[in-house]
Amino acid sequence: MKAGRSVLTVYAGGAYAFLYLPIVVLVVYSFNRDGVGGFPPQHWTLDWYRTLFADSAMWTSVGNSVIVALSTVALSMLIGFPAAYALDRYSFPGKSAFQRLVLLPLIVPGVITGISLLLLTVTSGFRLSLATVIFGHATALTAVAATEIFAGLAKLDRSLEEASADLGAGKLRTLWHIVLPGMRTSLLGTALLVFTLSMDEIAVTFFLIGRENTLPLEIWSRLRRGATPEMNAIASLIFLFSVVTIFLSQWLMSRNNTERIKP
Amino acid sequence: MNSFLRLEGVGKRFGEHTVLESILLDVEQGEFLTLLGESGSGKTTLLRILAGFEEPTVGRVLLEDQRLDTIPPHRRPIHTVFQSYALFPHMSVFDNVAYGLRVRGCARAEVTTRVGEALEKVHMDRFARHFPRQISGGQKQRVALARALVNRPRLLLLDEPLSALDANLRLEMQRELKSLQREVGITFIFVTHDQSEALAISDRVVLLHRGKVEQCGTPREIYSTPRTAYAASFLGKSNLIRGTVRDGIADCGAFFAHAALPDGPATFSLRPECIAAASRSAGDGLVHFDAEVIAEQFHGADSLLTLRCCGGMELSARLAERHGSGGHFAFRSQDLVPLEAA
Amino acid sequence: MARSRLSAWFVTLPPFAWIALFLFVPYCLLFCYSFWSLDAAQQVVHRFSLANYLHLIQTPLYLTVILRSMRIAFSVVGLTLLIGYPLGCFLVFRAGKYRRMLYQAVIIPLWVSYLVRAYAWKVIFGNEGVMNTLLLWCHATRHPLGFLLYSPFAVIVTLTHIYVPFVVLPVVASLEKIPHELLESSSDLGATAWQTFLRVILPLSLPGVVSGATFAFLLSFGDFLAPLLLGGPSSVMIANIVANLFGADYNWPLGAAVAVVILFMVMVILTITQRLERRWRVA
Repeated sequence: MKAGRSVLTVYAGGAYAFLYLPIVVLVVYSFNRDGVGGFPPQHWTLDWYRTLFADSAMWTSVGNSVIVALSTVALSMLIGFPAAYALDRYSFPGKSAFQRLVLLPLIVPGVITGISLLLLTVTSGFRLSLATVIFGHATALTAVAATEIFAGLAKLDRSLEEASADLGAGKLRTLWHIVLPGMRTSLLGTALLVFTLSMDEIAVTFFLIGRENTLPLEIWSRLRRGATPEMNAIASLIFLFSVVTIFLSQWLMSRNNTERIKP
Repeated sequence: MNSFLRLEGVGKRFGEHTVLESILLDVEQGEFLTLLGESGSGKTTLLRILAGFEEPTVGRVLLEDQRLDTIPPHRRPIHTVFQSYALFPHMSVFDNVAYGLRVRGCARAEVTTRVGEALEKVHMDRFARHFPRQISGGQKQRVALARALVNRPRLLLLDEPLSALDANLRLEMQRELKSLQREVGITFIFVTHDQSEALAISDRVVLLHRGKVEQCGTPREIYSTPRTAYAASFLGKSNLIRGTVRDGIADCGAFFAHAALPDGPATFSLRPECIAAASRSAGDGLVHFDAEVIAEQFHGADSLLTLRCCGGMELSARLAERHGSGGHFAFRSQDLVPLEAA
Repeated sequence: MARSRLSAWFVTLPPFAWIALFLFVPYCLLFCYSFWSLDAAQQVVHRFSLANYLHLIQTPLYLTVILRSMRIAFSVVGLTLLIGYPLGCFLVFRAGKYRRMLYQAVIIPLWVSYLVRAYAWKVIFGNEGVMNTLLLWCHATRHPLGFLLYSPFAVIVTLTHIYVPFVVLPVVASLEKIPHELLESSSDLGATAWQTFLRVILPLSLPGVVSGATFAFLLSFGDFLAPLLLGGPSSVMIANIVANLFGADYNWPLGAAVAVVILFMVMVILTITQRLERRWRVA
């Protein structure tokens, strides 16, 4: 029995190793002069990072990605919140069909969402550009936003809203003063999640991209031409960014909770 | 003398907090023993130690002279009926009851027979194919019982099994449990915070208070002769009367009574139902006193009266008939029970 | 009452409009395109025909690729469960006070770019990559192992790596829901830890397993990046076929037809697994 306990722990350790191994490898090799070849890595250097920072095309694509991501967050939350609210509070004919349609992009391969939007763009005569990318991301990620917001709405204490109505506030007032503040944590977490997913989105973007690249597609086109160790550097930076983001979101959420506890 | 179950100095500490302090207890085979106490008294912890879900910090537990506390729960010949029944939701009533037998590798035919018998005994044989979510609380209770008993344990532990049932169902289940225990002959250890329940069904009651055994005895014993003020107040209502003893007579202000105690201050317990209305004749071995009725609560079968005696002492009395606004009351000398000093 | 009806409309209209415009209409377009075809001048002919679907049925390539995609997806499901389920058990039953931290540690890789993680495996599996270099260094092999990269193996490993967290989350959720008393009760009735696992924990965690497996399967099935980056010609998957038809192999109507087939398959699988999950959900 005791042996059984440690077997599970060892197994779990192996699982974690599997999850983190590739990332560790990347980070380690980004400091290796000879790039990827050679084990163990020798010749530690920051050269690749220097190359990276001088690479203007890369940073332009980062800028594009950020623009797209911020716009996507705004759009997906503006669409996703009413959708989640309607699903949570109202009943109307076609509700389950509506729900299924909203959540479809979650399980349908991104390729399909991408090409269908491409068809729409072409049919309506628009050109492919960052704008089309934004609409693509927003459509795909509204599903994520709606799911998260729905979960957040379900956790709210309804009696607070009833008290607000009882005291004379209309639905809109109640929404602004009671519901939204109560959802602060949830909304923040959702925004962060959508931002991260948009920054990394490839499948839908692939079909809707115009002349300007987003970061993942810039990396992608470089990889097609043949990888350079500079890739390790950018990958490591992305990883660092992701970790910082998740810790930031955790810190923000925990701060929100302690604020509640104060009388 | 070898007792069936013996707890030798069993204590449990969680960090700084002592939940149980050196419990010494002997349980006889075939008895219905109740661990009675309020929340925080340690009764549930004690039960969990017997079941094997907690380890005692000190002391040992012996079952028929074999060390019990060193055996893991799944190998103890003890089963538990949980407060929330803990029926497996994904198994039918039949499969729930059969669980213990199947886990032990019992033959199919035997399983069917024994489970059938167990379900019949608790009157749930018609529900064999039902699932837990389809039956009521009381029915779940019976299935939980059957599930434990079908394995013929040496000892059955019941953790407040009736607390989730409504009043009428509780009384019915109390009767059923008692008769079931008699029929099956297995030792039951029953945990509850309800003193009337404990008095109604137990062969013996162990009153726990702050991790210690306050008193142990048959229901009648601990009710009529409580040892401490806590015991007197916890089990039913009681009047706590202070007095001073000199030369074998206790001076309680409103009356004098015999008390075989050394000189000095003393506290006594007097049950309200022991006080009766009396006529003014002395020499009948009763302790008499005068009092004025200042409050009365009608309880249907009787009334609870608050009496103010001379000297200001207030007593509760339970009388079946009302006798005006004041008068003369009496009680038997032996009903004035001396209590241990706090 | 009319007031609240109005506000209800106000709320539902924007999402409804967006969904209609950007999801419903595009899918309709997709559907329409699948029935059209290209003429000799590579122009789209807007005339109803089943030519594309017939082509799909008659050309063995498409069935082969679909089956291959399913095989890969099944392998991914198997591996992610093999890794993820015990990990979930560990988190819920053994992690104790470290549970929250270790749970976060599973989620962090989810936030790291897919591209980054896929690329990392390329680095590890290449002929001059970490794995081969290591194996050569300790003389386990004499030549670099070619099958590591540009093969179904690489695709499966990468997809497993990506989707393990997707499996762990619902598994943990369903394991957490099991009341602790059921486990004590099982132990009380004489079951060993292993028996309790088989008879109580496993059956009650099945809805979570189905949910995670479905997610992993559908996402792997429709994946087009991993095969593109790490797969060779023998591991082209169905999403790549679609992408090519909309890219270099320019045939949008045919691509639309393949997409519709994929969509249909996804719907069917989802319905089946939802039924299964509902069946196995207790109380």
